[in-house]
Amino acid sequence: MKEIELQYQPDLLHEGEVPSDIRTEELVLNMGPQHPSTHGVLRVILHTDGELVLKAVPYIGYLHRCAEKIAEKVTYRQFTPYTDRLDYLAAMNNNLGFALAVEKLGGIETPQRADYLRVIFSELNRIASHLVATGSYGLDMGAFTPFVYCFREREWILDLFESACGARLTYSYITIGGVRDDLPDGWVGRCRDFLDYFEPKISEYNDLLSFNHIFVHRTGNVGVCPPDLALAYALTGPCLRGSGVKWDLRKATPYSRYDEFDFDVPVGRGQNGTLGDCWDRYFVRIEEMTQSVRIIRQALDRLPDGPVQAKVPRMLKLPAGEIYCEVENPRGQLGFHLVSDGGTSPYRLKVRGPSFCNLSVLPVLARNCLLADISALLGSLDIVMGEVDR
Amino acid sequence: MTPSDIIAVLKQYDAGGIVSVVADLPYPHVLVKAEHLVAVAAFLKTDPQLRFDLLRCISAVDWPANNGMEVSYDLISTSFVHTFAVKVMLDRRDPQVESVSGVWPAAQWHEREAFDLMGVRFLRHPDLRRILMPEDWTGHPLRKDYQDVVEYRGLKFNP
Repeated sequence: MKEIELQYQPDLLHEGEVPSDIRTEELVLNMGPQHPSTHGVLRVILHTDGELVLKAVPYIGYLHRCAEKIAEKVTYRQFTPYTDRLDYLAAMNNNLGFALAVEKLGGIETPQRADYLRVIFSELNRIASHLVATGSYGLDMGAFTPFVYCFREREWILDLFESACGARLTYSYITIGGVRDDLPDGWVGRCRDFLDYFEPKISEYNDLLSFNHIFVHRTGNVGVCPPDLALAYALTGPCLRGSGVKWDLRKATPYSRYDEFDFDVPVGRGQNGTLGDCWDRYFVRIEEMTQSVRIIRQALDRLPDGPVQAKVPRMLKLPAGEIYCEVENPRGQLGFHLVSDGGTSPYRLKVRGPSFCNLSVLPVLARNCLLADISALLGSLDIVMGEVDR
Repeated sequence: MTPSDIIAVLKQYDAGGIVSVVADLPYPHVLVKAEHLVAVAAFLKTDPQLRFDLLRCISAVDWPANNGMEVSYDLISTSFVHTFAVKVMLDRRDPQVESVSGVWPAAQWHEREAFDLMGVRFLRHPDLRRILMPEDWTGHPLRKDYQDVVEYRGLKFNP
């Protein structure tokens, strides 16, 4: 009888006191690989004590397609479409990273107009990618409306991409030596129309989501990643900048004439909680969209005339040697370690996906986090499994 | 600092561990003896002139022709904005090297990947298991002499 009383009247228990005849143990929960908030096929094993996560062990590889092995079998040009499928939300940026690695090793000079077009398209893709990140993060937190708003604007960007290169997701537009085609008639005007339409929308997202009370409470002070931890685990992109580290490859080691543009590097300031929390990582993305608009406007204003493609042989052969080349993707630094033996295909191509490194900090951040906050944490890291698994 | 300055600082610290240096672009790097790797890594990270705080990538390259397995560590310093790389050359038949995850925790997953796909064993790694391939997979797919699997758990593959 005493036992039953205790069971139904927990107030009778003193705080922190568990009767000796009740056995407690960790509960192991499986999350994923099919779960809406894991953003793809990620599986996390969660060891929980009540609502508290004691340990989180991520399992990846469900989307492994041997991209690096494929690279050894195809020519340099043939590998460009495979880069589209790494981070499939930022295919333009992936194309650019691979093209730059090959060009740097092969000593290929790209025309000025091609560089400007590369900047315009990478920044448009950065906005599109951040829109998905923002919208789906709202969705993770239970807000459906911002998702629809974000996808409405992203649709316009995809239309712009489609008119320039024919594809809406896997572009292969930025190729070795430049870009594939020049812009169609009226594209610059349509792009300007989009920027004029889009810029005021950012404050709409802030009203809807960023400063929404519920959202701030769900993300502020959650999953705090101090700057030294972020650097130790080699987080890059908005995850590193969310921790207050002002580090952006477009400023630090400019490529593709990024040094000719004027823009700021937004960092987290801990204004809605602690420095490096989920909200900071989220808000860096919102602020980056404004900066991308600034860059695109400058590039459109000063877009030079001329060819968009350097002369590159169809069967490109690179001199024997190696290079490590990185670009700033929406999710962080995408690196290509390219080793050539003088042949027509890479001897070895290692891809450093930013999501791969950003995800590796998950076990540390998830420790002693509430179970419901795991989806807040995962969403703020903004991973794309295509790039984690390659 | 330019690559040659970095090499000069490194030579002052541990000249005996350095096998060869390349100061030229596009890929300035230093090849060190495998047993000196962790000490060199710790020096690169903590030296006030160098401060390589961000481990960008670890890539293993298979060289069956000279029986070598090369592991490169690509570094960048966020305070001084200079880049550099360290390499070790291992015996391909049994490649093993000390883990640098104590110096840069970011190395944990990169090393697991190199172990999984190339078969490099990283000693004193906190949790060295396969990361991309299934745990019961045999062989290391990125090796040059890898033979495609014909059957896995009852699934047959046509080459």
